Amino acid sequence: MSLFLVVALPFLGALLPGLMNSAGRQACAGITFTVTLAALIGLLTNAPAVFAGELVTARVLWLPDLGLNVTLMLDGLGFFFACLILGIGLLIIAYGRHYLARKDNMGEFFTYLLLFQGAMVGIVLSDNILLLLIFWELTSLSSFLLIGYWKHLPEGRQGARMALTVTGMGGLAMIGGMLILGQIVGSYDLSVILQNRDLIQADPLYVPALILILLGCFTKSAQFPFHFWLPHAMAAPTPVSAYLHSATMVKAGIFLMARMWPVLSGTPEWFVLVTGAGLITMVLGAVIALFKHDLKALLAFSTVSHLGLITMLLGTGTAFGAMAAIFHILNHATFKCALFMSAGIIDHETHTRDIRRLGGLRHLMPITFTIATLAALSMAGIPLLNGFLSKEMMLEEANKTVFFDNPWLVPALATFGSLFSAAYCFRLIGHVFLGPQRDDYPAKPHDPGPGLWLPPALLMIPVVVIGIAPFVAEPFVKLVTASVLGDAAEVPPNYFKIWHGLVPALYMSIVAVVGGLLLLLTFNPALRLWDATPRPEAKTIFDAIIAACVRAAQKLTHGLHNGAFSRYALISVITIVAVCWHAWSTGTEAPATRTPLPIGPVELVGWLALVAATLGLVALHRNRLLALILMGLVGLVVSIGFVYFSAPDLAMTQITVEVVTIILLLLALNFLPNRTPIESTFLRRFRDGSVAVVAGIGAAVFSYHLLLRDAVLPAISEFHLANSYKGGGGTNVVNVILVDFRGFDTYGEIIVLGIAALLIYALTETLLGGPVRARLLNRTPDQPRAGDMHPMMMVVLTRVIMPVVMMVGFYIFLRGHNEPGGGFIAGLVVSIGVVMQYMASGFSWASARLRYPYHGVIGAGVLIAGLTGIGSWFVGKPFMTTDFTYVRIPPFQEFELATALAFDLGVFLSVVGAVMLSLESFSRLARRVHDEASEHPMDIDPSRDAPPAPAAPHPQGGR
Amino acid sequence: MELLVASAIGVLTAGGVYLLTRMRTFPVILGISLLTYAVNVFLFASGRLTVGAPPILTDGVEVYADPLPQALVLTAIVISFGMTAVVVMIALGAYLGSDDDHVDDPDPAPDSGPDSAPDSASDDMLGEDRT
Repeated sequence: MSLFLVVALPFLGALLPGLMNSAGRQACAGITFTVTLAALIGLLTNAPAVFAGELVTARVLWLPDLGLNVTLMLDGLGFFFACLILGIGLLIIAYGRHYLARKDNMGEFFTYLLLFQGAMVGIVLSDNILLLLIFWELTSLSSFLLIGYWKHLPEGRQGARMALTVTGMGGLAMIGGMLILGQIVGSYDLSVILQNRDLIQADPLYVPALILILLGCFTKSAQFPFHFWLPHAMAAPTPVSAYLHSATMVKAGIFLMARMWPVLSGTPEWFVLVTGAGLITMVLGAVIALFKHDLKALLAFSTVSHLGLITMLLGTGTAFGAMAAIFHILNHATFKCALFMSAGIIDHETHTRDIRRLGGLRHLMPITFTIATLAALSMAGIPLLNGFLSKEMMLEEANKTVFFDNPWLVPALATFGSLFSAAYCFRLIGHVFLGPQRDDYPAKPHDPGPGLWLPPALLMIPVVVIGIAPFVAEPFVKLVTASVLGDAAEVPPNYFKIWHGLVPALYMSIVAVVGGLLLLLTFNPALRLWDATPRPEAKTIFDAIIAACVRAAQKLTHGLHNGAFSRYALISVITIVAVCWHAWSTGTEAPATRTPLPIGPVELVGWLALVAATLGLVALHRNRLLALILMGLVGLVVSIGFVYFSAPDLAMTQITVEVVTIILLLLALNFLPNRTPIESTFLRRFRDGSVAVVAGIGAAVFSYHLLLRDAVLPAISEFHLANSYKGGGGTNVVNVILVDFRGFDTYGEIIVLGIAALLIYALTETLLGGPVRARLLNRTPDQPRAGDMHPMMMVVLTRVIMPVVMMVGFYIFLRGHNEPGGGFIAGLVVSIGVVMQYMASGFSWASARLRYPYHGVIGAGVLIAGLTGIGSWFVGKPFMTTDFTYVRIPPFQEFELATALAFDLGVFLSVVGAVMLSLESFSRLARRVHDEASEHPMDIDPSRDAPPAPAAPHPQGGR
Repeated sequence: MELLVASAIGVLTAGGVYLLTRMRTFPVILGISLLTYAVNVFLFASGRLTVGAPPILTDGVEVYADPLPQALVLTAIVISFGMTAVVVMIALGAYLGSDDDHVDDPDPAPDSGPDSAPDSASDDMLGEDRT
């Protein structure tokens, strides 16, 4: 099976458990099991090639320019890990099916599990380190979901968060390291990187890259000083703990160290960092584990300790160390997974994991006793079990390792760690299963059904078989070791056997086991000593660091972003002015190249009107209605200015937009207070005013300089002017630019406009659906209502003028391509015509006659414009290529037909729809429920003359 | 003439900035509108001022006003209507919902206190398994 499929299967399969959730727990677990089994079988089909020493690859170019490709490779190491992940995954799924309670959502659990599984398989099969990083982060995320699966438990949430923080930070560091590595080698493909040992180790950036990558590995594999997250992750359901901490998550860091071993190892830096961290972790984990009373915490710290052991072996940089590490990974996965499952069984059956409340379970749970004892003895390093073999190899390697010129340091520490390791294994057996039977268990313990004990029992097969007949595992371990070593070293010739003769490692082993037994016998005094020793609590430190980060971030955020909009505005303006001042004072000034146009009296009057209106607006802005009128005046002068300066299209747009804007603001003002009170101090107003004046002077000076100088480069407008008629078929260059040259821009703009209108509609709906509705209905207007709500003159006038407005709009639309006009302006004109109906005859009257919803009009407009653009594909041209032709239909004159016209129609409809939807939404706020559509123009409000008249019937009546 | 246009841009900018820094929503909206005028006129003027030469191709006419800024400003005017409408709607919704049309948050967030770390710090230390 293709490697792609092996990696993709768990991800694709992750969709299934959720779907199967309603089909029952059996189906849910069954489908997950099937998916994993399929992936495993797919992996095993590649086994012959791997055993033949070939490198199985699969390659798809993804982003070759970035060096990021989906390249997968399968060698011995990847095969070994993928087998562990998928094989143990199968056992975990079977176990999890029986472990989870009825109230736990099984589909969710297995979805997370499959996501995690896929990410892990992705890590071990990646050939591209960037791809590996993606999977690496995916494991952090999916393990977060798994650890926090029991969302109702605060320990679960905290443990998940801590795991994500620590491993996520490590992942970030590793991204940096991998990028440096890729830069050194010039390729992000592992197969290339692994060939360049000398190049990498000679590079000055080797040490930073090494440190960053090791940060990633150490955090993932819980090496000192990042070991603290792993015990807290024990809040997860036991199947998750068994999976994450025996075969997968924590082994990812180990995997990467093994993967990078050929290029990174062998230097003093590697030796000191990796061996040092491994040794400390091994000893520390073992000592803490002995004194933990929670069964899972004990196992968690023992995992930390064993990971330290493996790390230390990889750190030595010898081929024998690497082989021992690989062998121990295999052995540790088997016995540790079984132990976690046994702990889960005990928890499941006795409802406690506290060792102090247990004891004497050997007769009550004989099956569990057998499994757990075998696994624990293997972990302790007792002969004829697999843990003994790799521990012997570790001790032998330790014996040869000289750390800081001291040949005794490593062997002594290794023996010391093994001693504690043996002690906690014996404690696990002795304090849980042996001893007198008790009568105060929280629940009556008994062996569970085969669904729970069979998976760990299966794991006992390799534990015992390898332990008795080590030669069974030898070829496979050597194959994996060969792929770890690559070309860097030869596979050591040592044979796997139980009896090596009276070698130092044997004596060390005996010391460890005997010492462990003695330590257990003196456990109670040792525990008192331990409890009396002050020691730092990692979680407290971690929480303090996190809290400090949160405080700093809040201080920064609240300092910068305190919710005072006027302050932001002021800061922005001052910044812009300051930057402009800097540019101005450091730049050079070219001489003026244009002669100023003369100023006539009419122009001066226009200018005076504009300035007076603006200043008046600022001075009188507290009277909001007056301010609105003055703003209309400003807009009017601006439109006249556009006409004067040869921009008729702009003038028409500006003046029509002005109308709808003022209507819109009037509608809003209907609800807002109509005066702005004086609140700011004089000082503040003076400050704002000064900033405003400086900004204004800046804008004026800048504009003045710009206007008196020609552009430095020739303007591209020449092209537009030259090609407007030839290429676009229109003489109104502005319109041709809009619908043809820059049609794609316009297309985007009408979409934005449509979205804005829909947003307004949605906001209105939200307001009307919420508590605001009641307030609106009970609102008493602050001003007396007009007597005749729909003045007859206005009603008649607007209805008469409507067809004329429509015709003008149509005319403006059609002539747009050649004369001032076009879709935008026509749309605005028609909108004004329709809005007039609303204003004169009332909302109900107008909307009762509305045949097409405005949403639809917007959509139709965007659709027509888009389809016009797509149409050019059918004639083999790029998107939005326009075409035009001249046709003559008697008795009309010859006229032009351009595809741009269809596009302009789309613009027209979008503008009408957007403007109308916005205004309609605003007016709906004002609409009362009991408003009825009046058929008659003269619906005089009878309550005008006699306010207290009790519910006088409407003279003309409704309908 | 350039002087008049430039100074008009300046006056509009100054008025806009002043209103922008007011404390109620409505003046701020007016300020944004004034700034919009200023920006649109400025963009338009970046095509330099031309009198009596609209960019409508006519036989025998060689000089035209720069059409490109005009096209850009045309859409800008329409879009600015849409944006004004959205801002007004938001302001209106806020006012109707809270009976308050102040722009600034009523109470600038207090300097980080112990209560301001809602999750990580106050989520209790239950995860500890110290005995």
